[in-house]
Amino acid sequence: MRYAETGFNLEVDLTRGNIEKVATDPRDTELYLGGLGTNAKILWDRVPPEVDPFSPDNLLIFGAGLLCGTPAVGCNRTIVSTISPQTRLLVFSMMGGFFAPELKYAGYDKIVLRGKSPELVYLWVHNDRVEIRDASHLKGKGAIETAEIIRKELKQPKAQVAAIGMAGENRVFYASIEQGRSSASRGGIGAVMGDKGVKAIVVRGTLDINVAKPTEYMDLCNEVMDYIQFRNENPIPGVMPILAGLGSPQEMKVHDEKWHTENFNWGNSRVRRKDFWNDEVAREWMETLDKARTRLISCYNCPMTCGATISMPGLPTYMMKCFTKLTYTMGAFSDLDFGLRIAQKATEYGVDGFSAPQVMAFALELLENGILTDKDFPGMPEDNEGRFYWLLDRIVRREGIGDILANGTHWAAKEIGNGAEAYAHNNIKKIEQLPLKLSMLNPIYYLMYCTGEKINITQIEGQFPQAPFPTLAEREEFVKDWIQVPDEKFKQYFLDWEMRGEKSMPFYPTVDMCCDIVDWQERMHYIDDALGQCAGLSSFPLKPPYHIHNYPKFISAGAGIEMDEEKLSKAAKRYRTLVRAINIRRGMRRIDEIPPEDHWKKRFPELEKELLDTYYKFKGWNNDGIPTMESLNDLGLDYVAKEFMERGILTEGENAPGVNILAQKETN
Amino acid sequence: MSGDKKTKTIKTIRIDVDKCNGCRACELICSAFHAEPRYSSNNPARSRIRIIREPIRDLYIPVYAGEYTVAECAGRDKYTIDGKEYDECSFCRASCPSRDEFKEPDSGLPLKCDMCEGEAEPLCVKWCTHDALILEEREEEVEEQEEPEDLEIGLESLASKFGLDKIMDAVARLSKKS
Repeated sequence: MRYAETGFNLEVDLTRGNIEKVATDPRDTELYLGGLGTNAKILWDRVPPEVDPFSPDNLLIFGAGLLCGTPAVGCNRTIVSTISPQTRLLVFSMMGGFFAPELKYAGYDKIVLRGKSPELVYLWVHNDRVEIRDASHLKGKGAIETAEIIRKELKQPKAQVAAIGMAGENRVFYASIEQGRSSASRGGIGAVMGDKGVKAIVVRGTLDINVAKPTEYMDLCNEVMDYIQFRNENPIPGVMPILAGLGSPQEMKVHDEKWHTENFNWGNSRVRRKDFWNDEVAREWMETLDKARTRLISCYNCPMTCGATISMPGLPTYMMKCFTKLTYTMGAFSDLDFGLRIAQKATEYGVDGFSAPQVMAFALELLENGILTDKDFPGMPEDNEGRFYWLLDRIVRREGIGDILANGTHWAAKEIGNGAEAYAHNNIKKIEQLPLKLSMLNPIYYLMYCTGEKINITQIEGQFPQAPFPTLAEREEFVKDWIQVPDEKFKQYFLDWEMRGEKSMPFYPTVDMCCDIVDWQERMHYIDDALGQCAGLSSFPLKPPYHIHNYPKFISAGAGIEMDEEKLSKAAKRYRTLVRAINIRRGMRRIDEIPPEDHWKKRFPELEKELLDTYYKFKGWNNDGIPTMESLNDLGLDYVAKEFMERGILTEGENAPGVNILAQKETN
Repeated sequence: MSGDKKTKTIKTIRIDVDKCNGCRACELICSAFHAEPRYSSNNPARSRIRIIREPIRDLYIPVYAGEYTVAECAGRDKYTIDGKEYDECSFCRASCPSRDEFKEPDSGLPLKCDMCEGEAEPLCVKWCTHDALILEEREEEVEEQEEPEDLEIGLESLASKFGLDKIMDAVARLSKKS
């Protein structure tokens, strides 16, 4: 008997219309856990580096986390993995909501899509009954609209629907997959779904998910629930409000946006407006949000209310969470009313809320600077907001300039040429990032920006405070109940961290300490992504209810796999390394690991080189970022080592060639 | 009937639909509690509480499984409250032929809320940290009634299924045999 997981994947060949229920190997669960871990294993085994993102041979995997469907609070994430059209690397965007548990209750841990359907279809999964159904009547329909139509036509109000909008159908490189209140948005996975001719996946399940040691498991869940309530009643003092509590940043709740609007950049991540927030703006935005927001809502089995139902007068209702609240507003130098209105369209079209506004602001910047001209924007309205609506419509339809912009700032700039590249300035590994431009290099963030293969800072940061606390007394207070640290030394790192002087950034935390801190933060995210746990209750906030000390117990009692901290850390390292191996096999190297341009004003090339050199070594990678033979063998990834040798990526007894040249290029 | 007075504890769950965040933790924990062995499996389709839920229309109504009914209603109601129209059956607790709620998914047998007998409070209430579900208890004086015996309950349900005449015939036949 399999516990926590179902032990079955649903394999769908869209070209042939073939559907199979395939038993999985329990040994893989022990080695790679589930979710991202086992997704990565499948992608390594079955998608060689020659496969183009839009090839029928690319796979699109919807993986429910190992503990989804059990009472583990907030464990509800679907990890969607494929080869991204934007980065041409592995992407693993995730969504909360209700899809993953429903999939588990239907009897599957994953849905693996391959091939391409000649016609637009949707997949209907109802326990053992699985059908590929015609979706021609849904072509061009919004993602939320599609879900509503399908539920009605199947007479299945309880079915969970993950759908794409027009952006996905037209293979926009930053198209999302929308699932009601949640979405898997980054890296263009919606484009891959559209390329496969799949409009939606619809799931309804009424089967059991078992746990191995029921009473123990429930005790663990109750402890987590109690701790969440404790943390909700005791926010962390000394940090900004969105970092004081649990959950995703509580953007749907808060009215005070002084911090975001004055510290994040507006437009194409250009302008900081240090005196933007005033009483009038505060009053106006509060009114907008209060009127629009009908309810704060949650994902499956989670007491946090990170999302909201939004009804703007005259527009269909949609659901929103987190920072999309402000990305359109700030991209367009507009107000919250505009932001919430255009986000309704963007959600139905299914585009990523970080990339889309930045791409549009980028296009208008090119126009202002004469790199694009009025001829490229025929029929575009004069007014600012109107121009954003017009651009969004062109992009999702791939019409005119929209066809170029649909590929994101990196590829669009390349195609436009004429100096446009300098305007695609806020990317890592070709993906648009949070609009942040800061002053002093932060060595911890430097490593995270460079090496995070989720290519999004919020998906690697967490656990360790973002900045030192002013006084020793405050720091001592903070570490008192810091039970989450994997080792006591982290407390000392933090206690000694000063805002100014010898023990301040960028030289403190020291290079070695930075390696420890980044590795811990990243490890917790990777564990979440295998278990299906939302980062908002785990890897993202300070002092979360889930941590390295209770996770092994959850896995033992839940999945029935003997687990301890060491074994869990090693498993996480194993599939984290496998993620890197997939990308290395696709050509990613050290030269690609750089933060967004101008992210910091004050840079320290020597220190940065030392940071990366040391961190690579710490991770078991050579100086070009390639996992070494030794570390691969130690992790039981000898099949990766073997292929690296065969492909000449690694050679016996030497590091990869050309390391110094690459490193130099990067610091120059 | 003896007619003696006796105090009885009435348990009520106060449901505040405005506070429901739609997370369905109540469904999940109910199914876990009623699993055999306890907490060994999870499946909201076995739950004795359901959130009748339509997020886009902002409908979230936690409903507890009540009595089983053999026949569906002859007429239906539709409520509009604060401008929101609720579907027919939205507030109904019955396990009934007209809908899928409150039936074991395998056998189709009806489910009924037992207030998690033996626990300090029903677990759905405990897991609803938003207080959309609140347990209230009060004492009421009631006339004591004789508890029907198991045999009587069984006979009654047989009678309602087959009719009393058939049961009596069957009993007569059986007693002849013995």
